[in-house]
Amino acid sequence: MKIHEFQGKKLFADHGIRVPRGLVATTPEDAAGAFDELGGHFAVVKAQIHAGGRGKGTIKDNPQQRGVQLVKHREQASEVAEHLLGKELVTIQTGPIGKTVNQVLVEEGCDISRELYLGIVLDRAAGKPVLMVSTEGGVEIEKVAAETPDLIHKTHFDPAIGLEAFQVRKLSKQLGLGAAGFKDAAQFMKALCRLFVDQDCSLLEINPLVVTGGSELLALDAKITFDDNALFRHPDIAKLRDLSEEEPAEVRAADAGLSYVKLDGNIGCLVNGAGLAMSTMDIIKYHGGEPANFLDVGGGANVEQVTEAFRILVEDSNVKAVLVNIFGGIMQCTTIANALLEAYQTVEFNVPLVVRLEGTEVKEGRKIIAQSGVDIITADDLTDAAKKVVAAAG
Amino acid sequence: MSILVNKETRVICQGITGRAGEFHAQGCLSYGTQVVGGVTPGKGGQEALGLPVFDTVYEAVEQTGADATMIFVPAAFTADAILEAVDAGIQTIVAITEGVPPLDMVRVNKVVQESQSVLIGPNCPGLITPDECKMGIMPGYIHQKGPVGVMSRSGTLTYEAVWQLSNLGLGQSTCVGLGGDPIVGTSFIDLFQLYESDPATEAILMMGEIGGTAEEEAAAFVKDNVTKPVAAFIAGQTAPPGKRMGHAGAIISGGKGTAAEKTSALREAGIVVAESPADMGTVMQRAIKEASS
Repeated sequence: MKIHEFQGKKLFADHGIRVPRGLVATTPEDAAGAFDELGGHFAVVKAQIHAGGRGKGTIKDNPQQRGVQLVKHREQASEVAEHLLGKELVTIQTGPIGKTVNQVLVEEGCDISRELYLGIVLDRAAGKPVLMVSTEGGVEIEKVAAETPDLIHKTHFDPAIGLEAFQVRKLSKQLGLGAAGFKDAAQFMKALCRLFVDQDCSLLEINPLVVTGGSELLALDAKITFDDNALFRHPDIAKLRDLSEEEPAEVRAADAGLSYVKLDGNIGCLVNGAGLAMSTMDIIKYHGGEPANFLDVGGGANVEQVTEAFRILVEDSNVKAVLVNIFGGIMQCTTIANALLEAYQTVEFNVPLVVRLEGTEVKEGRKIIAQSGVDIITADDLTDAAKKVVAAAG
Repeated sequence: MSILVNKETRVICQGITGRAGEFHAQGCLSYGTQVVGGVTPGKGGQEALGLPVFDTVYEAVEQTGADATMIFVPAAFTADAILEAVDAGIQTIVAITEGVPPLDMVRVNKVVQESQSVLIGPNCPGLITPDECKMGIMPGYIHQKGPVGVMSRSGTLTYEAVWQLSNLGLGQSTCVGLGGDPIVGTSFIDLFQLYESDPATEAILMMGEIGGTAEEEAAAFVKDNVTKPVAAFIAGQTAPPGKRMGHAGAIISGGKGTAAEKTSALREAGIVVAESPADMGTVMQRAIKEASS
C-alpha cells in the first residue's frame, strides 16, 4: 500500500526524523493561508499523488505548470494551488492519463547545501533489509544504478538489531558527511531503519535527502510503501489508504477476493492461480493477441467469485473476447462448469467466451457446457484456447 | 528414491482443526500419505479425521514420531508455527499459508538456516513424491512416478506442467512448489542440489516467474553444478512493471525481474526454455533427448 508524501512526512516526524514544516491544502485559499502560517520568504507547493517524478511532471491541459513549484508570496501560492487542484498531473510514472491532484502540500523553503539519496528495501536475494545511500540525490536513482552503480552504497541490517553505529560511520564517509555530521546521521539513519521494520514497510525512499547549510540531514521527500501482508497488524497505517489513487476495478476485485490488474489489451482472462494467470496472458500474446487484464480467482472458483469476475471483465469496454482457463485440481471440473454457466447466465455477456477446462472430471465438465445450449466456445488445450480467443477478438 | 519426502515420511498437520487444514489433511490421507496427527493449541486431546490432536508440536513428535509437518494456520501465526516446528526438530516443514509478512520470514529464515530443518513455502502448494507421499493441496491423481524433478514458484502452473509431463509419459520423482512470496524457505538452487544428487531424478523442470533474481541465481548455479538435463518456463512475459501479479513476489520493480532477463540468463546456462506455457512438457522431452544424443 502506498501513501502520500505528506502522510509519510508525518510518520517521519513522529519517529524523530527531520522534515521541513508543511501544511496540506485542498483549496487555493488554504494554500495562501498555509504560506502565511509558515511565515517564510518563500515556500514550495507540491502536488500530492501516488507517483514519482512530480517535479518534472506537468498538468495535462496546462503543460507550463509542473507538479512542484517554488512560490514567493501568498497570491502565488494560491495561484499555483489553483492550477494543480482537481487537475491531472502526468509524470513518467502515471502513464498518459495522469492522476488527479486532490491536495497540495505547502512546505517551508529550506537552505540546501547538498542533495543525497537514501532508500531502504527488502533485499530478496539476501533475505534482509538493505539501506542504500548515494551522493547522487535529486535525480532518478534507477539511472544512477544503471550508469554509475559504484555511486550507490549498500549495507544490510538485521531487523531485530537495526543499523549498527559502525555501519553509519562507513556510510557517512561514503557520503562525505565528515565527522561533524556523523552524530546527526547516526540518529537519522537509525530512526529510518527502525521505522522500516516497526511499520513493516516494503520501500522507504528519500530523494532528495538534503544536507542543510547547517550540516543537518533533512527529508525533503518521503516515499513509503507498506507490505500489504502486514497491514493487519498496523490498523493506524491501513487508515492512510487513499482509494481515489487506485484503479476502481482493482479495488472492487480485491473486495471480492480476486486478484485483478487492468492492462491495455482487448482479451479478458479469468484464471485460477497467479502463475497460470500470468502464463495465460503470455500465451494470448504468443498467438498474436493482447491481454486486457490479469485475473486470478484463487485455487478454487466459486459461483460468486466467477460472477463478480465476469462483471468486471465485461464492464471493461476494451474487452472484445474473454478466455476462461481453469485447471480443476481439488475442485472438480463439473463443479466449475456449473459455476461458469450460472455466472454466465447472471451476467449479460456481449462478447464471445472461450472456456478451457482441465483436470478432475474434465470430460463430464465439458459435457455440461456443451449440452447447456449456451453460446460458449470450448477449447481442448491451452494452445487451442489461445488461438480461438484471439480469433474471436478479431 | 526421491527428495525430501517418501513413503516413510510421518506427517502432522499444524492447524488440522481448521477448515483448510482438515480438508487437505484428508486429501493427503486418501492419497496414502502417513498423516499421523495434528496440532492446534488449546485442542489437545481431541481427535480430527480419527487422528490425535496435540497442543504442541513437541508432544506430537514425541507421541507419533512425526518428522514432517504441513502448516495451515492463519498468516499472523505462521512464523510462530514454523519456529515451533524447527525447535521441535521437524525435518521437513511445508508452510501452505498465504499472506505471511515478509519481515516475519526474515526472522524465521535466519533460524531455519541455522537448523537441520528444511522449510518449503510459505504461500505454496506443498510437495509430492508420486505414489508415496503428498504433503500439500495439489491434486494427487495428475502425478505419475517417474524421472523428472519439478519445481515452481506457482501452484496451478505446476499442475499444468505436471499434467503435460504425465500426458507425454514423463513421470515425476518429486514435485515441489517453492511459494510465491518474496522470501521463502527453499530456493531453486537448494532443490537443484537435491535433485542433482538424487538417483531417481534424471531431468529437472523449473517454472519461474517475474520478480526478484532467484531464476538468474539458479541459472548461474546450473551452469557450474548441474549435469542433468534442465528445462524451464518463465511466467509473466506480458506483465507490466510495478504491479503485483497475484503473488506477493511477482512484481517487476525498478526495471528488474523481467521475464526477458530471466529467460536469457537461463538460456545462457544451457537450459531449454519454453516460449509458450503449452510447451513445458515438450521442452523437457526435448532437453532429455538432446542430453542422451
